[in-house]
Amino acid sequence: MTQKTLRIPNRPTGVIAVVLFVIGFITYWDASHMKMRATYGMSASAASYFVAILFVALAIGHLISAFKPSDIEAENADWMAAGWIGLALAGLIGSIWLGGGFILGSTLLFALTARAFGRKALLVDLCLGAFIGVVVFLIFNKLLTLALPQGPIERLF
Amino acid sequence: MDIFSFLIDGFALAIQPANLVYAAIGVLIGTSVGVLPGIGPALTVALLLPVTFKLDPGGSIIMFAGIYYGGMYGGSTTAILLNTPGESASVVTALEGNKMARAGRGGPALATAAIGSFVAALIATAGLAILAPFLVKIAVKFGPWDYFGLMLIAFVTVSATFGSSPLRGLTSLAFGLWLGLMGLDQLTGQARLTFGVPELLDGVEVTTLAVGLFAIGEAFFVASRHLFKPEKPIPVKGSIWMTREDWKRSWKPWFRGTVIGFPIGALPAGGAEIPTFLSYTIERKLSRKPEEFGRGAIEGVAGPEAANNASAAGTLVPLLTLGLPTSATAAVMLAGFQQYNIQPGPLLFTQHADLVWGLVASLFIANVMLLVLNLPLVGMWVKLLKIPLPWLYAGILVFASMGTIAANPSVTELLLLTGFGVVGFVMRRYDYPIAPAVVGLILGPLADSALRRSLQMSLGDPMILLQHPSSAIMIGIALVALVAPFVFRGLAKFRQDED
Repeated sequence: MTQKTLRIPNRPTGVIAVVLFVIGFITYWDASHMKMRATYGMSASAASYFVAILFVALAIGHLISAFKPSDIEAENADWMAAGWIGLALAGLIGSIWLGGGFILGSTLLFALTARAFGRKALLVDLCLGAFIGVVVFLIFNKLLTLALPQGPIERLF
Repeated sequence: MDIFSFLIDGFALAIQPANLVYAAIGVLIGTSVGVLPGIGPALTVALLLPVTFKLDPGGSIIMFAGIYYGGMYGGSTTAILLNTPGESASVVTALEGNKMARAGRGGPALATAAIGSFVAALIATAGLAILAPFLVKIAVKFGPWDYFGLMLIAFVTVSATFGSSPLRGLTSLAFGLWLGLMGLDQLTGQARLTFGVPELLDGVEVTTLAVGLFAIGEAFFVASRHLFKPEKPIPVKGSIWMTREDWKRSWKPWFRGTVIGFPIGALPAGGAEIPTFLSYTIERKLSRKPEEFGRGAIEGVAGPEAANNASAAGTLVPLLTLGLPTSATAAVMLAGFQQYNIQPGPLLFTQHADLVWGLVASLFIANVMLLVLNLPLVGMWVKLLKIPLPWLYAGILVFASMGTIAANPSVTELLLLTGFGVVGFVMRRYDYPIAPAVVGLILGPLADSALRRSLQMSLGDPMILLQHPSSAIMIGIALVALVAPFVFRGLAKFRQDED
């Protein structure tokens, strides 16, 4: 620390404290909208109120420790790599949302995740992903009769 | 004796050819997934749950037992050959085991781990079979207040007592409790925290949370830290068999590890870290060659591995008799049981006695299979460790998301999975423990309904919790366990200031 301005020494903990406050508030708000009361004892909202209070207490705890120097240091993160994984999962979700089916989605998921871990051979990974997707689909849909989402490719089988 | 006739019935169920095949398949896929770096037993069980969905309950539970023990054993293989323990319980195994592998004694290290696990699990499963009926007799007398007290103990010990910081542990627990609130309330049918999303009315699936936090979170974390630098598994050179001296140095640690592991695992405090570390320390003290510790002492593998497996079988005691999961693996197993419409607890032993004893018998059989299959196949597991990490994690993500949509085909479920993955990433990055969140999600709703049923019975008087001595003592223990780490930390700091 070079300068003593109004800086929180432990920023991530401070951010987590704010998030905890927000969750606590949402929980409280949700509980206050529950109308039904129990004849005896606690009603369904009591647990919500308890968790809301717990969150606020934890937020205060985080806030206090945010002003102390951190006991753990988070190492530098490669946000690009994390972003690729996010994109990979978005590819799967998008494919299933738009009716592209499981095989297309898992192909994208496989190839883009491999990219996140530093592989550059995208075409090879796409082929391998498609192969794995087909095998998984055949095993689970045909052999174990679980319903995986179907798209144009799946209807061919 | 009742237990024996039940056990014989159980074996009769487990030893049918089809069920033996299920056990073998379970052990094989459990080991092959568990051996992958970064995947511990909890995640192995969560990932492989969908595979068992469509079998009949008997077959799926037997396969499940195989997966469970296979995953445990796979984890220790990774720890020995790759020095990347998949879970905190095999950290200690990695200490000496990896040193042994580096010294060219990977074979004996794997063998003592396997045989030690086998001995420990055999004794501990027998302990489970003997202890469970007694506990059930006590547990049927439990009122909802007693359950509430027990759950409080489980909450506190899982989150606050162990781990790097009680604040972070409790935060993880709170996250799980919060997720547990979501969905329709069991008693009044009101929606809690569903935000108008119909898919949330059923609540959050435990497997989705576990797979999201463990698998997806781990993938984010490993990718972001560039932890995928090539790490080569140490080849297993020379004989995989233990020498006469290895046997002589191993058998006592196996038994000591079992004696330490089983009771600690069976307590609602749970966890496999304490017994493994305890066993390691004791073996180092008792060893005739303490100078070898840190450079590959076989006792340091044999003892902790036995303790680890014995405590894993120990966690089955509260899980089966009380329905109380005390570790992430147990929480995922509970979710698995619920998927087969089996509710663990004292009633399970009276309603589904055949299933319980079939499970106990198949734990025995899965153990034998593990020993028979795993040592000769060690070359295959080493090959699995050589899969390039990009493909490995890509495959894990495909399998994880597949399991999630196979259980519940909706985009919302996938969005939840991704969200939990991001949360798991943040938790890993800032050193929050993950198991309390999973335990909180399972036990939260149970604690809620236990408390509310007690209050209904007392017409709203909260003193009912303290009027029964049993629940009063348990609540007292939970309170002490909650406050103690804060007090001791304060004391430790005080002492430091004095120096």
